[in-house]
Parts: sequence; structure tokens; C-alpha cells
Amino acid sequence: MNAPEKFLARSAARPAAGHSHFHESARAQVAGAATYIDDIPEVKGTLHAAPILSNVARGRLRGVDASAALAMAGVKDVILARDIPGDTVLATFTHDEPVLALDTVEFLGQVVGIVVAETVMQARRAARKVKLDIEALPAIVDVREALKAESFVLPPVTVRRGEPEQGIANAPHKLSGSLDVGGQEHFYLEGQVGYALPLEQDQWWIYSSTQHPGEVQHWVAHALGLESHAVKVECRRMGGGFGGKETQAGHVAVWAALAARKTKKPVKLRLDRDDDFMVTGKRHPFAYDWEVGFDDDGRITGLKLALLANCGWSADLSGPVADRAVFHADNAYFLGDVEIVSYRCKTNVQSHTAFRGFGGPQGMIVTEAILGDIARALGKDPLDVRRANLYGIEDRNVTHYDMQVEDNILAPLLARLEENASYRKRRAEIARWNAGSQVIKRGLAITPVKFGISFTATFFNQAGALVHCYTDGSVQVNHGGTEMGQGLHTKVCQIVADELGIPFERVRITATDTSKIPNASATAASSGTDLNGRAAQFAARQVRERLAAYVAEKQNCRPEQVIFAHGQVSGPEAVMTWEQLLDDAYHSRVQLWSDGFYKTPKIHYDKHTLTGRPFYYFAYGAACTEVAIDTLTGENRVLKVDILHDVGKSLNPAIDVGQIEGGFIQGMGWLTTEQLVWNDKGYLATHAPSTYKIPATGDVPEHFKVELWHEANREDNVGGSKAVGEPPFMLAISVWEALRDAAAAANLGSVRMDAPATAETVLKALRA
Amino acid sequence: MESRTIRFVRRGELVSLTNVPPDRTLLEVLREDLACTGTKEGCGEGDCGACTVVLGENVGGQLQYKAINSCIRLAHSVDGLALWTVEDIVGADGSLHPAQEAMVQCHGSQCGFCTPGFVMSLFGMYQNHTCQGEAISRELAQEELSGNLCRCTGYRPILDAAQQMQALPEVAVDEPAVLEQLEELAARRAQVPATGNYLLPETLSELLFLRAQHPQAQIVAGCTDVGLWVTKMHMQFERVLDVTRVRELRAVEDYPNHIAIGASVTLTDAYAALVAERPQLKTFANRFAGLPVRNSGTLGGNVANGSPIGDSMPLLIALGAHVVLLSQRGHRDIPLETFYTGYRKNVLAPDEVVGWIKVPRPAEGELLRAYKISKRYDDDISAVCLVINAAVEDGVVARVRIGAGGVAATPARAVQAEAALLGQPWTAETARKATAALRAEFQPISDMRASSAYRSEVLGNLMQRFWLESRGLAQINLESFRLAEATAS
Repeated sequence: MNAPEKFLARSAARPAAGHSHFHESARAQVAGAATYIDDIPEVKGTLHAAPILSNVARGRLRGVDASAALAMAGVKDVILARDIPGDTVLATFTHDEPVLALDTVEFLGQVVGIVVAETVMQARRAARKVKLDIEALPAIVDVREALKAESFVLPPVTVRRGEPEQGIANAPHKLSGSLDVGGQEHFYLEGQVGYALPLEQDQWWIYSSTQHPGEVQHWVAHALGLESHAVKVECRRMGGGFGGKETQAGHVAVWAALAARKTKKPVKLRLDRDDDFMVTGKRHPFAYDWEVGFDDDGRITGLKLALLANCGWSADLSGPVADRAVFHADNAYFLGDVEIVSYRCKTNVQSHTAFRGFGGPQGMIVTEAILGDIARALGKDPLDVRRANLYGIEDRNVTHYDMQVEDNILAPLLARLEENASYRKRRAEIARWNAGSQVIKRGLAITPVKFGISFTATFFNQAGALVHCYTDGSVQVNHGGTEMGQGLHTKVCQIVADELGIPFERVRITATDTSKIPNASATAASSGTDLNGRAAQFAARQVRERLAAYVAEKQNCRPEQVIFAHGQVSGPEAVMTWEQLLDDAYHSRVQLWSDGFYKTPKIHYDKHTLTGRPFYYFAYGAACTEVAIDTLTGENRVLKVDILHDVGKSLNPAIDVGQIEGGFIQGMGWLTTEQLVWNDKGYLATHAPSTYKIPATGDVPEHFKVELWHEANREDNVGGSKAVGEPPFMLAISVWEALRDAAAAANLGSVRMDAPATAETVLKALRA
Repeated sequence: MESRTIRFVRRGELVSLTNVPPDRTLLEVLREDLACTGTKEGCGEGDCGACTVVLGENVGGQLQYKAINSCIRLAHSVDGLALWTVEDIVGADGSLHPAQEAMVQCHGSQCGFCTPGFVMSLFGMYQNHTCQGEAISRELAQEELSGNLCRCTGYRPILDAAQQMQALPEVAVDEPAVLEQLEELAARRAQVPATGNYLLPETLSELLFLRAQHPQAQIVAGCTDVGLWVTKMHMQFERVLDVTRVRELRAVEDYPNHIAIGASVTLTDAYAALVAERPQLKTFANRFAGLPVRNSGTLGGNVANGSPIGDSMPLLIALGAHVVLLSQRGHRDIPLETFYTGYRKNVLAPDEVVGWIKVPRPAEGELLRAYKISKRYDDDISAVCLVINAAVEDGVVARVRIGAGGVAATPARAVQAEAALLGQPWTAETARKATAALRAEFQPISDMRASSAYRSEVLGNLMQRFWLESRGLAQINLESFRLAEATAS
């Protein structure tokens, strides 16, 4: 359907960008030759670590008895908080997470200590034999209870514009409701892993499967009581990240480093999958309360919305996640009179963290739910109600956080999808079919996405890169971004190849390394290519400009007259190969390498009022999804999906389509089968793939069509492209809206349906 | 205690490994002992497929290929077999196998961590289908890849790759050479009796003798559950008794009134035999775990293990299956539902093993439906499983057997619901009474898979579905629902 022949790789004679080059590691990956952290040949004497986990959700830690564990074969040591040479609290922004539990535990799964042994299994077995003396205290697991108790990791934030109370009071129609949307486990196929190697003079080499090597470096140095220059963090690739290795990888690296420091041996810590579930944070579950007023067209006249983010036991990234939920509560719609209150609730569960969309999905879904409910209340088509609320071009174009939407393509994009997917015709056909179908009901929905691109923390929007050209014409690039499968390195190679006018194959990317690019931001917020691609482009450009000046001098022309293309360099007087030029320039002592630096222009915002221009631009998209539900059991299937998505001018269509499809299916999992279940003791009962179900091959819809929007980014972004990592995730809200549409067909009315829409949840919605 | 040397064929060579503990997994041996890190550990419980490798076995002079999960398979169990990992199918000149090349061409890898597992499942499909001249349909690709999880791609490009393989230049395994090596291994094995701490008997008498000798030994077959006791519960076994090579228990035998499925027959082959007699079980069979688990696990193991949420037992109970228990003292033939005495407890004596599962042939007028409710359609464990096997003669329920899973501490027979049906006219009223009886009969628990209330309600609703299906109502089950058919009607 979205078959690769549409996007076949082109010959090197054409520019690299814009074509579907294979992933730079594809051949190694399929041959089992791509190296992940656990595959690195172990240094002699390497020990293995396993975490000791709290078995109580909240309590006073009175003692740790590791004697039985230490007596076991192969066990070398046990590391507890008292063994930390530096700060016992992690160097996070909020400084609220002990590296290892101190005198209290705050969730079931909190790491109390680390066992080190000769083998992985010895360490894991021994970790279970460590006896914890914990006096249990009352714990809060439920987010609404947390709100009632005013248990917060960060203070509430309110964004308000106009007079929402009046807008609701004066409206001809009103609705109110509440909603619960579950969290999501990242389920990166490669679990968390770190490998710490002692070097001479108290220096450290840390291999970490991390989206943010710079932060790992900072955390490790801080915990070891060292300066940053003593720690080098390296990551060639991750086996998936999705936000789950933005901060969470740092803990694992710090634990490995502490164990290595105490034992004076290399130590590797690879979390068992169950421990990974129990220890690391997930997508924030959200609860909502809302009240809305609207007119006869379904246009919102006033909205009051409370967003309850279940943050878990510490702040982690919950502040910015909850902020982004506030920023995206409008999704594609103008909210004139609105009040949004964001609560950052503290509960005694894992500390929830970044996950693709970063609060955006949780902000958007409630507004889509409200619009769906408005449509049903008025007996209107939900698409018409959505359209009535869209941002305008000339007016109704300022967000509730005071940013003007300048690049709005929502109306034409929705119109095209509506037509391509035969939306109206199918709605009529489905209504007829449903009327005659006793058990199965079908549903259809189109939902749009407008997603803001940039880190909301403005200072993160910077990047650096190094481009090294060798005398044989080969080029090595290094930048601060990390590869987690999203194709960043491939795109950066394409960008650099084009900048230098050489074939893609001449460019290679090396592992991300804090000793090459310092202080690099996390590879997150979909910004990897925007930031690092540009930085690498600038670095390559500087080398090219030096070479152009060199050629211009020899050929007596202006540097602009020197053309770099197809592996050749041509001036008015002579043409030479790229390789000839490099060798020549080297002998003339021209600098053949350069750095590059980029910072995103135009952005600013006030973190106290959440107003300003937090985003450089928006990425848009829409999906039309058809589903079926079984009214006897609540079982459901996604049958047909049409997507139209905006990636600007695509740097690599195959990679972009891959992100769109993968993001959509992951979003579908979030809203259908992926259910995290904590019991009332705070025990996460779904802690492995046997109990936590991400989509499998059989869940791919029979019809799954992706089309790319044809227009380049209106802002000056690398190659005219737009970021693509996160935005498609939220296209999956159409799945959930389609399920509600099907349930409404059975209920003949409104539908309160929480997410994920498991069979049980759907059946409950039908019985409500 | 000594371990026997493990010998298997890999890359055209005989590999010998000595002193491997009986509970060491194949994945540990590959990654740690042989330093072949292409094969990945994703979950350590056979659910994600990142560790998939392919085993080759000499079955009557033919090489039989099976993709299996190496993370929960014990290393000793590959003794005498051929093994392929993702590294092994790359040509000597570095050229990629069609299973690999198709993945590259279709952009089937993103982060690449699940990729080796997918490649090996594709290699299994390539050997079993493409090389047999059989085209791979979308449906087949989805079925055979159901045990491999990918978190990046959304699967479409991988499914494309499955169908793309056949368009690439063929690469053949040198089967005669592998078979010759396997025969050599078999001859060598025959000279060494089954001793040591990993016992791999090849005859029934040998098995029964060893069981009597070592009643404490951990019995394993495909190890798809016991493997987790090792990787997740950290259990260690002094001695393991592996039943998978016992010749007498490796076949499905046909008798006039029943088939006898040997306890060492894999789930793949056992379900194929059941589906051959009752085609309506095809989707139920395909939804039992993922292919690598079905290729390794056995029906006998599923029965002996007796998990209350195992899907085989409700089906076998509804079919009226018997289980034959064997020991040196003789054999016992008992109805399956009397095999279980409590949560994961059964009537097996210390010296006894499960020998055969006897499944009656379909009776005239048999109306059989197997329903499975789970969060995910494929490769999930049932929240509720209900299998109803009835016959209506002259408008009256003449025979009925109902097996239920997920609603009690053991797989159970729904005797009260059966009583509400038997001898009654097959009407909406009778179906309603049976629905109520079924709901009254079980008090399911609430857990992470479903609440007690949901299980109870759905149990009854499945009886309703059975009633509607018996009336010939089509398009009422998503399992068989196809959009094209729905919109055409």
C-alpha cells in the first residue's frame, strides 16, 4: 500500500535529500551485525549488576539485609545509597529523586540498591534474596485521590483567556463530563542498559542506550562527585527509545557507574524486561473534568478544562509534559474563551516521563472527545463540528497561549482527506449497515493533528556537529543527536552529502559521543533532524566554503562560481573530482574539517504564564479510521485507515512514511490494547509482554494508506522539511473516536468511553 | 554431575559444547559462550520474538525447519539438530539472504533490535513456503509473524518484505550436506546412553525408566513455560528430563473413533491435526501464542502444565478428550477434566508422564465453536475462553460438552450449563437459561486481564453468540469479519 517502489532509492548522481535512501545501518541490522550496548565485546573482568527493588509502594526504609545475597556464588558486592561518593540525589532539574532509596521508598519498584556478580543471572537471583525492612505507609495510587489530597510534584498551572464562565453560561447548549486515559509503556525492544568502564585517573567511559548522552554524563559525574570532563558517554544506536530513554537511561548508567566505582571493575547493567517495567516511568496517565458551552453549529463558546497528570513519585519531565498537554489542548481548534488548569499530581507509582507526543496526545484527546460529544448532542456529523471549530487564517488564529498560527493548512488538508477517503459516502453506507446489523457495529472518524515543533524549554533548541573530510574524500560526521531507529543519521548523511555535492555513500556517521559534541540536547521533541541536520549542514558548508575559496583563488573566480555536485567540483577553468580537490587542498594546508552550530530562531516563551511563541512551526496531519466493535464482547478491530500527513518537503519519504505508520500503530496501541494495571497496593500487574499487549502484525488494518502533504515548510527549516517523529502518533485518536462512533451507533446516543478501549472498556461504554 | 556434550550443526560445521548446565538457555549459549550477539533478548519470556532462531531437524530424511524462541529454550534441547541464527544466513561473500535483502529493500528495519528475530521468522517462512514454490499471502505473513513484535515500523514494511522475498534470486540451503551431518550426529548419539543431568531419551521405555529413576527431575518438552521459570523465577534444575525426542510420542495417530496426539507433538502439528478434522478451529489455533511458541511448545506440555488460562484445555474438554498417563507400572486413560485437582495441580504420580491426548473424531451434526476473548487478537492469553460442542437432533440438544478457561482455578467443564441444555429444545429460551447457568456456575477473579464482572458477563454473552451462530447468523464475529464482505452484502 505504502510500498517502497513509490520511494525507491535513487542513484548517487541525484541529490541525496528527497529520496528514500535505505537506513544507514539497514544492512548491518538485518545481518545481526549492528552493535547495541549489550553486544559490545566485554572487557575482561566485567561484572554484571541487577537492581534491588522496593516491594512496597510507600514506606520508611529501616534496613537492608544483604547477607544472604552476598553469600551466594559469584556475588561480589552490594551497592547502597551510602556508597555514593557524590550527591545522593540525581542532578535533575527538580532535584527530587534519590539515586538509590535513602530512608524512604516512594513506589513499588524503586531501586534500593544494586547487586554485582560475575554473571547476569547470579546478580538477578541474588537481588531477590536481599531482605528489605520497610515500614509501610499509606500510599496514593489514584490520580483523583492525589488531587483531593493536594499531592503534587509541581504546583498547578492555569492558562486562561477571555471569559469562559460567561461563554458557557450564555451558550445555547452545554455539556460536561470526565474522562480517564491510561498511560503507556514504551516497550522499546532493547531494554535499558548501561556499561561503565573505569579509565585511568578516575575517568569513565560510559556506554549508554540513551537519547540524551549529555545528561547521562552530567548525572554520572554528579553522582560520582567528579567534573564532567572526567566522564565520556557514548551511544551508537538504541534499540528504540520513544522518549523512554530520555531521562530513564540515566538512572541505569548512574547505577552501573556507582557499581563500577566501588568494585573497580567494568560493570554492565541490563535490566530484565520485568524490572524495566517495574522501575522506569511511562507515558503519563491523565484524568479530565470538563465543561463546555457551544452554539447550534457546535462551535465552542466557552471551555473549562482540568487536566490531571498522574506524574508518579517524582517530577522528572512532568512539568514540560504537562505544559505541552496544555499547549495542545486546542489541537486544531480555536478556543476563544477558555480556562485550562493543569495539575501535576504525585502518586506512589513509577515516575512518568517523556513518551512520543510528550503530553500532546493527552492534551488533544480530551478536546477531540468533547467535539465528538458535541456532535452527538446536536445530531451533527462530527467532522462538521470539528471544521466549525478549526483555527482561521485571518481571524480566530491565536492560540490560548498567545501564539499566532501562521502556517495553518488544516482546512485544505481535511478537505482532501475527506474526499480521498470518501468520508461522506462511507458514513451513509455505515449508518445503513449498522441499522441492519445486530451484533457488530461499525464506526468512522476523521481527526486532525496540529503539533508544535520545538522544545518548549527554549534553550534546548540548539545543536552542534562536526564534519571531517579525509584526504581520500570520505567524510565523517558527528553530531549531538542520537539514533533510535528514526533515521536521523540517514537524513543527516543525506544533508551533508548534498551540501558537499558527493554521493551518500561517502558520508558516515559515528557514535554520539559527549567528548565530540558537548552539552547536546536530548534527541527528543521530534527535533533531531531540524537541529542536528542544520548543525551538520552548517559544518559541511564551512568546509565547502573554505574549499570554494581555495578553488576560486586558483581559478581566479568568485567562490560562488565553484560548484559542488555529483562528486565533482567545477570552476570556470577546470573540473576535478571531490577526491582530487581534497588531496590537493590538504597539501595546501586548507582546514578540511569544521564544526557547525544551530539554534532555532523566533521562539520564546514565559514559563510562568505559558505564553509566547514556544514553537517554530506546526506539523499537521489527519486520519480517517474505520473500526468495528462486537456489542456482545466489546472486542474491536481497526479495519481501514487513510492518512494525509504534512512532513514539509520530505528529506526521505520512506523514512517519513515509516515514522507515520509506526507512530500511528503505536498510538493505536495506546488507545486500544495497551493497558497498564496497577492494583490498590501500587503493584504494576502488567509488567511484561505476556500481560502488556502492544500491537502485533495481526492488528495492522487491512487497508492502511499514507499520503504525504505536498507543500514545503513555510519556515526556513532544513531542506524545507518538517519534523515527523511525534505528530503522527496523535493521528491514532481517530481510532478511538471511531470506536466511540461505533458505540454511539449501538447506544443511539452519547458515549463515555475511557482509554485504552479494551474489549472490557468498550463493553462498559455500551452498558453505560 | 556431568552434562552430556551438546552437538549441533551450524554454518556447515559440527559444534560441540561441553559442561553446559541443564538450565542454561540457548540464547545465553549463543550470546555469551559463542559470542554471537546478532540474536537479541527483548523480553526473556518468548513473547517478543527478538531471539528467534531456526532449528532444522531430520524428519524421515527431510529437513524440517522451525522458527523458535531461543530465550526460553534450553541449550541442551538442540542437541542433534541444525541451527541457524541471523549471522548464519549471510553468504560467505557477505551477500544477504532474501529474508535479509527484502527487509532492506522494504525499509523493514528502523531501530533494528527486533530485526534479527523477524529475519529468522522470514527465513523459516522462506524455507517452508517460498522454497516450496508457495507464494506468501498477506494473511500467511501476518499469521507466521505474529510472535515477533516491532515497536517502530507498524509492521507494514515487514509484511511487504515477507511477500518480496520470492521476487529475489533464490538462495538454497545445502540440505543433503546438513542431513548427512545430522545423521552422523544421530549415529553418535545412539552410542551414548541418556545419562547426566540433561536426559534426552529417544524411546518410551527409556523415558519411563528414567522417570521412575528420577521422579524429581524437571520434565520439559518445548520449554515455553518452564523456560520462564528459569529466566523469570530464577529457578535452577539439578536434572532435566526432556521428552521431545521420544519416538513413540512424536506422532499423531489415527484410530477409527479418535486421534491420539503424542505428548511430544508440537502445538503447530497438534493443532494442524485438530484443524484437519474441524476446520472451524483454524483461527483459534492461529491465535494460540505466536508461531515460535507453537513450534516449540507441545500440546502435552500445555495439558500437563494445566494453567487455568491455557487455551487448549477448554477445547479438549469440550471435545471430550482423554489423557493417557504412562509409567513403568502401566497406563491410565482418564477424561481430561478429571486430570486437574487444583491450581496447576494434577493427578500425575511421581513416576508418571503424560503419553497421549486422545481426541474423539467429529460426530454427526457436531456444532462446535471455540471463543477466545483477549486484549490483543493474536498472541495473547485469554481473559475468557469458551468452547461449546453440541449436537441438536430433532430440535433438541442431544449432546453437549462445554469447556471454559479463565474463569476458575483450573480449566473446567461447565456441567451446570450443560445440564441446562441437554435434552432441551434448542430455542432462545433454552439459550437464555444456559447463559444464566453458565454465569452462575463460575465465579471468576479480577486480574490484569479482565474484571470478574466482565468475565462473567462475557461468558454468558458467548453462549448468546453460540445461539445466534447456530441460527446461521453471519457477520456477528469479528474473528471472521471482513470489511469487503460486509460492504458487499
